[in-house]
Amino acid sequence: MSIKLKALLKSPWVFHLSTGSCNNCDIEILDCLTPRFDVERFGMLLAGSIRHADVLLVTGSGNRKCIPRIKKLYEQVPKPCVVVAIGECSLSRGMFIDSYNCPVPVDKIIPVDVYIPGCPPKPEAIIAGVVKLIEKVKNKK
Amino acid sequence: MKYIFYLIVYGFALTAAIGLFASWIDRKVTARVQYRVGPPILQPLFDIVKLLGKENLIPKGASRFVFLAAPVVGLASVILVSALLWLNVTKPGASFLADIIVIVYLLVIPSLSIMMGGFASANPFASLGASREMKLILSYELPFVLAILVAVIKAGFSLRLGDILVYQAHNGAIATNVSGVLALVVAMICVQAKLGLVPFDIAEAETEIMAGPLIEYSGPGLALYRLMKNMLLFTLPFFVIILFMGGLKFDGINILYSTLKYIGLVALITVIRNTNPRVRIDHAVRFFWGPLMMIAIIAVVLALKGL
Repeated sequence: MSIKLKALLKSPWVFHLSTGSCNNCDIEILDCLTPRFDVERFGMLLAGSIRHADVLLVTGSGNRKCIPRIKKLYEQVPKPCVVVAIGECSLSRGMFIDSYNCPVPVDKIIPVDVYIPGCPPKPEAIIAGVVKLIEKVKNKK
Repeated sequence: MKYIFYLIVYGFALTAAIGLFASWIDRKVTARVQYRVGPPILQPLFDIVKLLGKENLIPKGASRFVFLAAPVVGLASVILVSALLWLNVTKPGASFLADIIVIVYLLVIPSLSIMMGGFASANPFASLGASREMKLILSYELPFVLAILVAVIKAGFSLRLGDILVYQAHNGAIATNVSGVLALVVAMICVQAKLGLVPFDIAEAETEIMAGPLIEYSGPGLALYRLMKNMLLFTLPFFVIILFMGGLKFDGINILYSTLKYIGLVALITVIRNTNPRVRIDHAVRFFWGPLMMIAIIAVVLALKGL
């Protein structure tokens, strides 16, 4: 594995994108940063600007207004980057599956690397998902 | 050839190593204050290495040359100023006439480089952050210079860092006098603003304008800016220690004292940053030009009286 990817796994900075979720997933993501879970132990920081980020966390159902913005943000992340879909809405649109406003799940819009199910997923589940992501990147390259 | 070696070893490598370590102390103390565990010791290095390996995006409409040159300018000035400061430790007496003036000028350039980068990146948030940074420079620069003036007056109106160190070696640290203590307080608050840490992280205000001037920087540009800031976390307390606390010495038991002085100042900066809210830019300007300026003037007058 190259030193580039090794360093990336040691300090993944996350950017948090809500595409019309009910905010529960967002609150659970922020829970990971609190003293109880403290993901800064693994070097994860919440980046304010998309250009600083390595990991794009997508929550919410990805409605029609959001789709162009998701694409735009994905183009703006400096590569190499990974995308994590968090919550039932972004995985499969959840209860909005029949809605006129949510035509496709998030992974039909941008390539998603890790899916974390739950409504909302617990912080433990999010951390377990990120561990799987790290394993995946390690094995891929 | 000797100078290049000096710049690379002392100016860059040693300063960067200590600066990265100091930024780890900063993050670890912050985490402990918040009852967290905090990052591992090599975390700042990982961040820099990771950012160096990322893609460098240049925003549409940005001034390409200035956008790319700004972080290099800032880093270069920090390397230069730390080499000048190390000179007083490695070769006492080798400093040239009026090197304090050069150092004060060079210490402004990192802030200027952040402004350059902000204005060049064609982003409204970045412009806003850069204009805030400009106001902040205007506000803290005068009290900082007045605080330095106290040390200059104490050392018999000598603008040479070497003379200040010689004076302190004979008469005890300047911070043992009343005027010295006042000047040290003023200088530390100005250092906080120079480092851009809370309560004066107005330019970078993460909750208001994302990352301020750095918002469009990605990859290597951001890495250079972070490295510059981490190195400043060593350079500025080092300058304050030379001016007011007798400088750093590395022989015998003095190693312990020097380390304690430096770690103490970094811990102080961190505690200030963790126990204060961010002030607004007009409050910051009023604070620096009002109360802090008064304290600085009182310190200068006391120093002239010989206290």
